Amino acid sequence: MNRDEVRNTFVDLIKPHVRVGDPSAITEASLLVDDLKVNSTRFVDIILDTEDAFKISVGDDDMKRFERVGDAIDFICQKTVLV
Amino acid sequence: MNRVVVTGMGIVAPNAIGLDAYRKALCAGISGIAFLPKMKELDFACQVAGVPPVSDDMAMQTLGPEVFRNSNSSMRYALFAAQECWRDAGLPTTRAGSDVDWNTAAIVGTCLGGIDTIGDFVVPETNAGRVRRLGSSAAERVMASCASASVGGFLGLGGQVTTNSSACSTGTEAIINAYWMIHEGRIDRVLAGSSEASSVYTWACLDALRVTMRKSNDRPQAASRPLSATAGGLVPSGGAGLLMLESLSSAQSRNARIHAEVLGGHSNGGGQRNGGSITASNPEGIERCVQEALEVAKIEPSDIDYINGHLTGTAADTKEIRCLSAALGRSLAEMPWVNATKSMIGHGLGASGSMESIATILQLAHNFIHPSINCEDFHPEIAELAPRVPQVSVQAQCRVALKTSFGFGDVNSCAVFRCWDE
Repeated sequence: MNRDEVRNTFVDLIKPHVRVGDPSAITEASLLVDDLKVNSTRFVDIILDTEDAFKISVGDDDMKRFERVGDAIDFICQKTVLV
Repeated sequence: MNRVVVTGMGIVAPNAIGLDAYRKALCAGISGIAFLPKMKELDFACQVAGVPPVSDDMAMQTLGPEVFRNSNSSMRYALFAAQECWRDAGLPTTRAGSDVDWNTAAIVGTCLGGIDTIGDFVVPETNAGRVRRLGSSAAERVMASCASASVGGFLGLGGQVTTNSSACSTGTEAIINAYWMIHEGRIDRVLAGSSEASSVYTWACLDALRVTMRKSNDRPQAASRPLSATAGGLVPSGGAGLLMLESLSSAQSRNARIHAEVLGGHSNGGGQRNGGSITASNPEGIERCVQEALEVAKIEPSDIDYINGHLTGTAADTKEIRCLSAALGRSLAEMPWVNATKSMIGHGLGASGSMESIATILQLAHNFIHPSINCEDFHPEIAELAPRVPQVSVQAQCRVALKTSFGFGDVNSCAVFRCWDE
């Protein structure tokens, strides 16, 4: 999976949680809670979905890497073998 | 003191979803009871149940992916019923992102709340050491108030949003509690009723208590047999019923269509004494409940045209009939029309009182009494009642009806409805 594929998969899994109307609002600079209005309660579900989709584990200390879309993608890329 | 009317209703029942389909199914004597392979696989004695036909696809389409993911069966049933009830009441249907409705409360009762989430998900994941995998919504799905909370959020309700629980008396009790809130002028509207999950974990407890029907696994639609000589126990089911109770002045101010008037009601207990126990009713408690309900409603026993009984298909049925006869001072031959909606939808436990109250009101409003199916072999001890229990739907212009519900804990509720003709 290359970085583009990681980005597309991650954006698809956060889309059900995003509460701004326009999907093009999701950029790598977007903050999940402040910009995309993701319910902070559901943050843990995004983490669990990421673990399932990419077969990685996200420790409690790593959760802050998921505050911004681009940072999350970077984290996932570091944890997975990019091809 | 305000008069209280019903301006909307919503139903999710084993034999139909939606008021129109429910009315037609009741009138035609359609059973919603089916054989469940999972119950046989788990070696239940009773392998039939009533499960409302709410598929995952339907739920996803109606509720959206986020609510679908974070809900269980009792929440989905309640949300379906709430949507229909709100729409039926003629209230603005776009609630997402709307202002809070400070004038509407919700009482959505239950026996066992999120039991399916608990049994299917929380217990196995926790015991396997995978607490972290429970995710964000386990808490909101297991709590007893999961259905009322989800309805309150879905509709943006700013009145009291709560859950009552009194076993099988729950649904009728919710309506009575809502009646008092409006009658006393504390709020204009209450979405009142109940919801019960379709879960083998709930039904297992009843199976173990040996109160379920175990002799009709090959004939599911004949299994629920209230008032029959061959009644063999209750048939468990799930579902939800919600009613919009509203002050008459509020209803009239917005030209709302009125289904019926709630004249009043009463809830009490029998103290688990004098023939009562945790699973059986004290006869005096039932009689006092009915008589007090009539007093609140300001009606005489002779005014009652129809009783929708609790009538579960167990040995308690004959006691119930004798208590009602004594409470009303009417011999069995002189009783009002009597039927058992449970003959078609099974025993919805916490949801039974609300689903059956909706059946009661539909019959009042549409001038019919639905059949009490599966009692063609009427119980000989109360044979004189038989002519008052229709085997096929009858046309009847009934004005006043009682809905009785009795629950484990020796608790009773009786609501009084009057058809609306003003």
